[in-house]
Amino acid sequence: MNNDNQQSNTISPRDAKWREELRNSMSAKQRTAIPRAKMPELDPAFRVTCSAEVNQGLSQGQAMLEASRCMDCPDPQCVTGCPVGINIPGFIKNIERGHFHEAAVVLKETSALPAVCGRVCPQERQCESRCIYHKMKKQPVAIGYLERFAADTERLSGTGELPARLAPNGKKVAVVGSGPASLSFAGDMIRRGYEVTVYEALHEIGGVLKYGIPEFRLPNAVVDVEIDALAAQGVKFVKDCVIGKTLNYDDLLNLGFDGIFVASGAGLPRFMGIPGENFIGVLSSNEYLTRINLMGAGRPGWATPAPAGKRVAVIGGGNTAMDSVRTARRMGAEEAFIVYRRSEAEMPARVEEVKHAKEEGVKFLTLHNPVEYLADENGHVRAMRVQRMELGDPDESGRRSPVPVEGAIDEIPVDLVIVSVGVSPNPLIPDSIEGLEVTRRGTIAVNDLTLQSSLPLIFAGGDIVRGGATVILAMGDGRRAAQSMHETLSAR
Amino acid sequence: MNKIIDKQQFSEKVVRLTLEAPMISRSRKPGHFVIVIPDEKGERIPLTIADADPVKGTIDIVVQAVGDSTRDICAKEPGDYLADVVGPLGRATHIERFGTVVCAGGGVGVAPLLPIIKALKAAGNRVISVLAARTRDLIILEPQVREYSDEVIIMTDDGSYGQKGLVTEGVEQVINREKVDFAVTIGPAIMMKFVAKLTERYGVPTICSLNTIMVDGTGMCGACRVTVGGKTRFVCVDGPEFDAHQVDFDEMMLRLRAYN
Repeated sequence: MNNDNQQSNTISPRDAKWREELRNSMSAKQRTAIPRAKMPELDPAFRVTCSAEVNQGLSQGQAMLEASRCMDCPDPQCVTGCPVGINIPGFIKNIERGHFHEAAVVLKETSALPAVCGRVCPQERQCESRCIYHKMKKQPVAIGYLERFAADTERLSGTGELPARLAPNGKKVAVVGSGPASLSFAGDMIRRGYEVTVYEALHEIGGVLKYGIPEFRLPNAVVDVEIDALAAQGVKFVKDCVIGKTLNYDDLLNLGFDGIFVASGAGLPRFMGIPGENFIGVLSSNEYLTRINLMGAGRPGWATPAPAGKRVAVIGGGNTAMDSVRTARRMGAEEAFIVYRRSEAEMPARVEEVKHAKEEGVKFLTLHNPVEYLADENGHVRAMRVQRMELGDPDESGRRSPVPVEGAIDEIPVDLVIVSVGVSPNPLIPDSIEGLEVTRRGTIAVNDLTLQSSLPLIFAGGDIVRGGATVILAMGDGRRAAQSMHETLSAR
Repeated sequence: MNKIIDKQQFSEKVVRLTLEAPMISRSRKPGHFVIVIPDEKGERIPLTIADADPVKGTIDIVVQAVGDSTRDICAKEPGDYLADVVGPLGRATHIERFGTVVCAGGGVGVAPLLPIIKALKAAGNRVISVLAARTRDLIILEPQVREYSDEVIIMTDDGSYGQKGLVTEGVEQVINREKVDFAVTIGPAIMMKFVAKLTERYGVPTICSLNTIMVDGTGMCGACRVTVGGKTRFVCVDGPEFDAHQVDFDEMMLRLRAYN
């Protein structure tokens, strides 16, 4: 992705007259004196009783004021912190001047799913981490809140205007999976004039946005708007279809597809391989979240049973662990806690998720690692043995690695354990396509720039290539694969 | 949405349904299974494929009403729809010419066994099928099994049909009288456990097909995990067939009760 290109191609360049006037309308001193907007949130005591979205979104007044904090830097570093290089000052300045539709259009130039990314991106590690305000020892511009504001305002104002589409070019492409990488790929290709068919293994379109991320963080309605818009543009969605099983690679070729984009996601949940891990009541975060988010477990009238627990331990420190532990609180856990082998400083979860979890009464048992689960006479987990840890030297990830404190093992009563220690790539697709090269880790091997695999017709992106990353990176892969597949197919 | 074309009531609680599923009917192989969601708010139930007709675009599933969801499926009639059917899932059975093969099926386990019997026969094996059930009415698919078997032994707990006794007794008769090169067993976990114990004693390589709790059926959730040879494996993507001598059946039976 070339950020310079995107900057100069944007509909809202920095040298536009209105932006110059806007910059001069307020002094730097005035701008920096404004405190960062506070996201309106539901009260913790109320929100643990339901699945309503915690963050309520900025009001129009809040958003315009927050947008005026942005200094419209000549060399905006926030853009370099964005994995897809969104023209951040371009959309923010449109919010400042009250042109919300234009703000959304600027976002859509680069991001297929701004309403999603505005909610789930780790902005504190990306765009906002590079904000000039850090140099002034002030809180960065709330770029994520503003992105969400622009995208939501556009969605709710409901002009329903679909992006322009080039005339059909007679070429067909298939997309495997329907998560963020696939949706962004599908959007880009349909606009370029391709016939696009998305194949999804599950019975719902949306991938991790539906089965993984809970309603209280990303409402399904937000995702459905994007899916409906793609369908309205002509993208065909085929659910209940497992590529590699229902249809194989040769079937896709026989159906006349000129290119295939594989974005089948992260796949198999990892377990720790410790004694007792297969007892009843020990399950993966994938299973827990899928049952509740996708299958409606626990909701009246839905058949899938929900794993019940009053004392719930969630193993891991990532966003999925936070989603699980906060879900457990909503499902009636009296006590829900995170067990993490490093300290809070090393936790990969978003700062906001950790904050929300704490507000919701989640406890944090850091520097502890489970070593064994114990069961009652029915084989149901009743306790876990945890090894106390201390921090040693940094490991290859740069984080200080946890070292067991000899002899320091505690037993903690639990009746539900959710293991959230990462995922391995799903072998289903690689195993089913002869000649498709995989890495040592089992991810699909691709050219870093073009995302083309060892088979020229197959491109791949998202977690099946990255192993386990973020929505925004997956989405960026979708766009990049669309660009390079388009170039490849146009050259033929 | 998959339309039900035909229904056959095998016994009070067991039915065979013929469904419209054109893509699955063409891609399925012996050993594969499907996941069925009966209705919009239903759960995902793994079910075995008993037969398929790629020309008509249909598959046959055999369902035993054991819980709410399987009861809902069994209550459907021709013309009704299942909300979702996805598959074929799992790894197909490894078929080769082993020599003499004993196929031991119990209860509705005979349904997934039938395509394997057919394929083994077609590969040139001598196939001896042992079908077992509590009582006569619960023996299913006998004529179809007979069509593709060199010999069929029926065992019932109450002696109402065939010989009185357990499936293991039928299998042992065969092993005692002739050289058996390979065995396949599909049925209730407890039955497979004892068949596996028996064939292990006689040194007959044996595979079993496991039907565990699943959610997605594509490797994503891990609900179906079992211990095989001391390692955790996923039935949906690593199975459903495993070396029966390596499976920890006791743990599997425990996990089947997770939501009871």
